[in-house]
Amino acid sequence: MGTFESAIRIKSLRKSFDGGRDFVLNGLNLDIPKGMITVLIGYSGTGKSVLLKHILGLLKPTSGVVEVLGKDLWSMSDEELVKFRCKLGVLFQHAALFDDMTVLENVCFPLREHRRDLSPATIVDTAVKKLQMSGMEEKHFAKLPGELSGGMRKRVGLARALALDPEIILYDEPTTGLDPILTEMVDNLILETHRHQKGSTSVIVSHDLFAAFRIGEHIAMLDKGKVLLSGTVDDFLKSDVDLVKRFVDKGFYKK
Amino acid sequence: MGARGLIGSWRESRQALNARIDEFLLLLWKSVYDLFFVCGKATIFFGSSVRLAFQRPYRWDELVKHMEFVGNKSILIISLTGIFTGLALSYQIYLGFNLVNATNLVGPTVALGITRELGPVLTGLIVAARAGGAMAARLGTMRVSEQIDALEVMGIDPKQYLVSPRVLAAIITMPLLCGVFDFVAMAGAHFLCINVLSLDEAIFWDKIQLWLDPGDINEGLIKAGAFGMTFASVCTYMGFNTEGGAKGVGEATNKGVVYSMVMIICINFFITNMIRFYYAVAGIQ
Repeated sequence: MGTFESAIRIKSLRKSFDGGRDFVLNGLNLDIPKGMITVLIGYSGTGKSVLLKHILGLLKPTSGVVEVLGKDLWSMSDEELVKFRCKLGVLFQHAALFDDMTVLENVCFPLREHRRDLSPATIVDTAVKKLQMSGMEEKHFAKLPGELSGGMRKRVGLARALALDPEIILYDEPTTGLDPILTEMVDNLILETHRHQKGSTSVIVSHDLFAAFRIGEHIAMLDKGKVLLSGTVDDFLKSDVDLVKRFVDKGFYKK
Repeated sequence: MGARGLIGSWRESRQALNARIDEFLLLLWKSVYDLFFVCGKATIFFGSSVRLAFQRPYRWDELVKHMEFVGNKSILIISLTGIFTGLALSYQIYLGFNLVNATNLVGPTVALGITRELGPVLTGLIVAARAGGAMAARLGTMRVSEQIDALEVMGIDPKQYLVSPRVLAAIITMPLLCGVFDFVAMAGAHFLCINVLSLDEAIFWDKIQLWLDPGDINEGLIKAGAFGMTFASVCTYMGFNTEGGAKGVGEATNKGVVYSMVMIICINFFITNMIRFYYAVAGIQ
């Protein structure tokens, strides 16, 4: 892969949860290109979700630097970090919708909090547009998250993540626990969203190699807290690294 | 079995007993340590959440919502327990005072007991179990289902949005609920003493007016506010820091309610002394 402008740059990232005895991330270096779909893959327990939490600023590195859009998250003040996070949108694994709010209220919520300049009618209009963009029908807008199917919850979660037109959209295992049809639907949704949000960067954490190869323009494989291989689909298919070959073989065999 | 065998089995049982005593003492120490640890953490947590409550954006709508939950929705249960406390307490005091022909003092004794002690303590315990448990369970569920993480990545301080309004709501509504408890308990005491035990109504209320000061009622209301602060801080702290799925939520709720109740009973003694000391210094009573 040629040179590219980085949206996220991670340098020598180390993270330990037990005072330095065991490192989940162990000197991880990674550049995530701007304006592309990057998929982070790897076996369970290799630190993918921990890495995602570092990118979101939810976890503080034991050592190393996480730069998002050119800014080191942990050199910012709390107020700066709050403002900065508006540039990030996240679709959580189980959507993490607020269960005491309706579908529409969930999507209106970030707009109400951060766009106080907008009138209530404009906020609702924007939320409706985002929901429609995610493929939600209007008849579900008044429902509570508990009344929705897994796929619908993902759609609402995505609409909420897109509400503030973020520059970076992160997806934490978006297809885990979904059937093959819903998995394909979510993959297509990610591709469509990426096309709609012009110039945005998408980062997807996934186990699903087939989906990663289908939608990923840039793929990084993690192992033992480090990046084992980072590159295009071709780089992965041609790789001689034993673990990558095994992962690729298993991924396609499964399909 | 020979003498050696007897000594051997006696030693074994002694060792087993010692091991059990050690185990019990260790468990006791761990429980006390945990309680103090949570108290300390909850105090820091309370400080930061109160500070956040007075920073922009103000969460007035959330505050009102939680006041409605802690306050309005507790009125029925508070009234129910209040009336039966008034009935039972006045009857017991009547039985005791009747032995020494001092039934004239039943009214003020009941009033003092309820306003100073039973009102705030029972209100604290009941609301801690009802609203405190709900707070811990709600925040715990939000934590394990990543809703708190979602708030954080949306650039919303979860402590300011979720914790501060709950803590403030408890501090504001607890004295009001204590007032309701006092009123209903006195109504129960009045009903029993006048309508059932046939005490003189005029003497009953005259003696209450004579012996009960506004300071006594204020003491109870202040305590209720402090108990609200206690259970809200402990329960929100436990819920906010939940780990480990549904099991963790259950443990957080259980610990939140138990620690709150123990703390309410313990700090009641210290607050009583502090208020009495203040009254003595200020010459209020």
